[in-house]
This record gives sequence, C-alpha cells and structure tokens, in this order.
Amino acid sequence: MGWGFIGPFVAVFGLVFLAPIGYALYLSVFRDRLIGGTSFVGLDNYGEALADSRFWEGLARVGLFLLVQVPIMLGIALLVALAIDSGRLYGKSFFRVAVFLPYAVPAVVASLIWGFIYGTRFGLVGNINETFGVTLPDPLSPSLVLAAIGNIVTWEFVGYNMLIFYSALKVVPRSLYEAAAIDGAGEWRIVASVKLPAIRSALVIATIFSIIGSFQLFNEPSILQKLAPNAITSDFTPNLYTYSLSFSGQQHNYAATVAIVMGVITAIIAYAVQLRGMRKG
Amino acid sequence: MTTSLTTKAAAVAAEPTGADRATAPRATTSRRRKRPPHTPLRPRPSIPLTLVTGLVLVYTLLPLVWLVINATKDQNGLLNSFGLWFADDVNFWDNITRTLTYDDGVFVRWLLNTLLYVVAGAGGATVLAVLGGYALAKYNFPGRKAVFAVVLGAVAIPGTALAVPTFLMFSNMGLTNTPWAVIIPSLISPFGLYLMWVFATEAVPTELLEAARIDGSGELRTFFRIALPLLMPGTVTVLLFSMVATWNNYFLPLIMIKDPDWYPLTLGLNAWNAQAQTAGGEAVFDLIVTGSLLTIVPIVVVFLLLQRFWQSGLAAGSVKE
Repeated sequence: MGWGFIGPFVAVFGLVFLAPIGYALYLSVFRDRLIGGTSFVGLDNYGEALADSRFWEGLARVGLFLLVQVPIMLGIALLVALAIDSGRLYGKSFFRVAVFLPYAVPAVVASLIWGFIYGTRFGLVGNINETFGVTLPDPLSPSLVLAAIGNIVTWEFVGYNMLIFYSALKVVPRSLYEAAAIDGAGEWRIVASVKLPAIRSALVIATIFSIIGSFQLFNEPSILQKLAPNAITSDFTPNLYTYSLSFSGQQHNYAATVAIVMGVITAIIAYAVQLRGMRKG
Repeated sequence: MTTSLTTKAAAVAAEPTGADRATAPRATTSRRRKRPPHTPLRPRPSIPLTLVTGLVLVYTLLPLVWLVINATKDQNGLLNSFGLWFADDVNFWDNITRTLTYDDGVFVRWLLNTLLYVVAGAGGATVLAVLGGYALAKYNFPGRKAVFAVVLGAVAIPGTALAVPTFLMFSNMGLTNTPWAVIIPSLISPFGLYLMWVFATEAVPTELLEAARIDGSGELRTFFRIALPLLMPGTVTVLLFSMVATWNNYFLPLIMIKDPDWYPLTLGLNAWNAQAQTAGGEAVFDLIVTGSLLTIVPIVVVFLLLQRFWQSGLAAGSVKE
C-alpha cells in the first residue's frame, strides 16, 4: 500500500533525476563529429575536460568566489542571528523579516536591480560620482565584476542563512546559558563556548549548501552578462561554460562530460567539509 | 556517490530541531505572551547593538527601496534624477499601465504563464511530496529504505549537471518549448519529501490510523479523513517553498523555452533587459524597473502572510532550494 502513495513521486523522480543522470553518463562516452557521425570514444571526453584550461579557469574563479564570499555571507548571517537571539535588539521581529526578505526576490530581479545600481553612467554609482565629484571604480569592470556578483549573492542569501542559524539558536536550552552565567562567563564567552558549539550542525549544513551554490553559480553572471559583456565571458563559471557549450556550441557530449566532472568535484568537496565539520572536538 | 553525505546531513539537520518540531506551528501564539522582567538572561535592548545590526538592515532594504522609488520615474527621470530620490513628476500608475500593455500586453501573458507554472508545478510538487512523505513515515513497504537513500542523495546533485541531459531528453520527447518542460521537472522537491516525512512522522499518530483501519476505513479514506487534516501545516510549508522556487525559476525555463509566448516573468524581464542593452533595441528601462516591482510584489505578500510557515520549515529542514 505504501507504494500506492509514493509511486507517483518515484515515477516522476525517475524521469527528471535518474534518467538524465544515466543519459549524461551515456552522452559523455560518445562524440559527435560533423563527418563520421556519433562514435564511442570511451573516456576521451573526460581526458579533454581535465586538460581544458577554460574549464579550470572557471573552476578557479568560483573557487576564489567561494573562499571570499561564503565566509563574509555566513559571518554576517551569524552575527545578525546572534544579535536577534540575544534579545537585545529593538524590533527584533522586524529585523528577522526584513533581513530575510531578499530571499523572496528572484535572482533575475536581484541582478537587474543591482545592475542598475552599479551603473556608472546613470546608475547609483554614477549618481554618486556626479553629486560628489568623485570617480568610484566601475563595479562591472573585469577586475571587480566577481566582487559585484558576490555582493548580489550575499544580498540574496544572507537572510536565508541567518534564519537557519536563528532557528538552530532558538532551540538551545536556555538553562545552558544560565549555568554558564553562574560560572561567571560573559556574553562573548557564552557565544563562543555554548552557542556556537550548539549550532555546529546548522553551521556545517549552511556551509555545504553555500559551497554547492557557489560551484553552481550561473543566474547572476548570466544576467549581468548583458551589462558587462566584456567582463563576463562565456566560460566565466563552469556552469556558464556548460551552458554555452551546449546551447551555442551544440557540443552536447562534451557539455554533459563537463557537467559530470563538475558534479563529482562538488560532491567530493561537500563531503570533505561534511567529514571535517562533523568531527568531534 | 553522494548518498551517505546527504543522509547524514539530513540526520543532523533533524537532530537539533527535534524538540521544536512538534510545537513549531504554535510558535506565533507563544510570542505574544507577557514579557518577563529584565534579567542577565533577558537583557534590556541595546541601542548600539540595534544600530550596528541596523547596517545590515539598510543593506538588505536599500535595493528594494531603490526599486520602489524608481518605479515612479519615466525613462527621462530614471536617467537624470538621483537614484535614491523621486524625480520631479511621478509616473507610477502610468508606468504600471504601460508595463501591462507594452507589446500587446506580453507582460500579462508572462504573468499568466508564471501562475500556470506555479499552480501546476508547485501544486503538483506539494501533492507528490505529501503523498510520498506520508508513505515513508507511516508504511513499511519493500524498497522503502532505497527510495529514501536515493532521493536524499539527489539533493546534493548540482541541478545544472542535470539540465543539459534533461533538455536533450525532453527535446527528443518533443516536450521542449511547451509548458510541460517547465512543469514536469518542478514536480520533484526532494526537500519537500524530506520535510513531509519528518512532519508526518510526528503529526500523525499511528494508533489513530490503526483505529480507523479496525473501524473498516479504507487506506485512501483514512488518508483523506484523518491524516490529511493533521498534515496541513507541513503541507502549507512545502507549498510555500515550492511556490517561491517555481516563481523565481530562471535556469530551467531558460534552457527549455525558446518561444516568448511561454516565458515566465523572470525570462520576460531578462528579454526586456537584453533588448534594452542591444544597440537599436527599444530601451525600456522604465518598464524593466516597474516590471521587476510587479514581479516581486505577489511573492513578497505571500511571504509576509505565511511567515510562521517558512520559519518552521527552515527549522525542520535547514535546506536550500
């Protein structure tokens, strides 16, 4: 009888998850040539992907993004969660709702708004330049565009992560704080020795999902590309690369290979963080 | 390859919230109770801390304020007035009218498409997740553990790794460029299934189901008459998260839909932006700004109305999507 209830889910799941994975693996061992048609090439595509500098440059870029943006975003999220949880804020429910609000904004709209703000000609950056007679650096120039994207992603997800941390803090038994306070621990000491260890698993989970999100970076650069075509190339991130290989280049077999390699790398790194994060002590 | 990772991740996600889970839907009533006096553990609100945290508040609200202000400007005001203040003339209603009527009302068409994708996609995803979560929580059937492991493992697979092969498959099946190409992949929410499993385990007492069976109630009737009402809070949470995901979806329709008649709002705005950035294309910046505002208003309203549900959802799941 259980299958009667879960059958529909499993059927659709097979169609949109398992079948594409199988199909991607199948595609990745063939190659389609203009002359000669499709032929089996074994692991040749994988060899090509591992030696592909465009792929590695994109990966290095999202790696850098990950190392800088994720700690900043999670740090702000954690500080806000601790501030709200401390009970020392005026209007704490307003804080909670307002900081979370950007999560409801689609990546497209978030990128468009920030794109307008970044504009040096008639955006907010341009307004400031004009009004104060200064020349701010162009956020959409090749050297700054990654930071500009990092800011958009931070804006979108800081509230989401804050809420994860806040939900975890809320269920920590208050008696633990009382005990620590009686032992003479100050507020920062309680944060470091009681609160942070208590929400360790929430911290690890937020980190893992941020890692997966960084490696999948696509929406924001894809939309900003129209504003900064010179700064954001078609291989800016591995996902943009896969997309352009597949839809502009018609190299479906190679695109599937790059997607699989990327999926495996993401899984390995997420798993390593998981193992490290969960180790006791 | 990723099964053990996420099964464990899910287990730890559930662990710190276990005690809170059953009471989560009641959280709003307890917030209203009388405030106890200030003690070292219930300290007095602090102005410096509020100001410092207020910086983050300014950061998160500023772009939204910018959007509202600039939705009142025409093209000229947009280009020639300061971004964070109003232009001389207010064109808010005019902008809305023009956004809704531009290009034979294509924006309204996109809005209706989005509604179709949300109702069919998010609605369907919720139905499948509720039925599946109930089955995992309350039935013992062969293959149950395998289903669980495979579905949770799938959470860790980058969505874009699936995109290209899904597109090619759907293309071979003749589904691309139809609403089905957006709706069918939206039907699966591994997070929703997990959340409903957690919720059904706690919210539906097995003895109640046993009693109904002894009284001769069939399994379907038991589900609809007894289990479903108890599952309502979890169902709304799953529906809310699926709605946001579907409403905001960009990547999936981008690869699946080439025909602007089937665009959702996100793709439509992106197309207007592409048009405005192209030399020779009509620069419709005012419509992009007003259209952006119109796109987020419904989802923000739903968010504010259903606050308590996303909170309990994040508490139980701690999962992005």
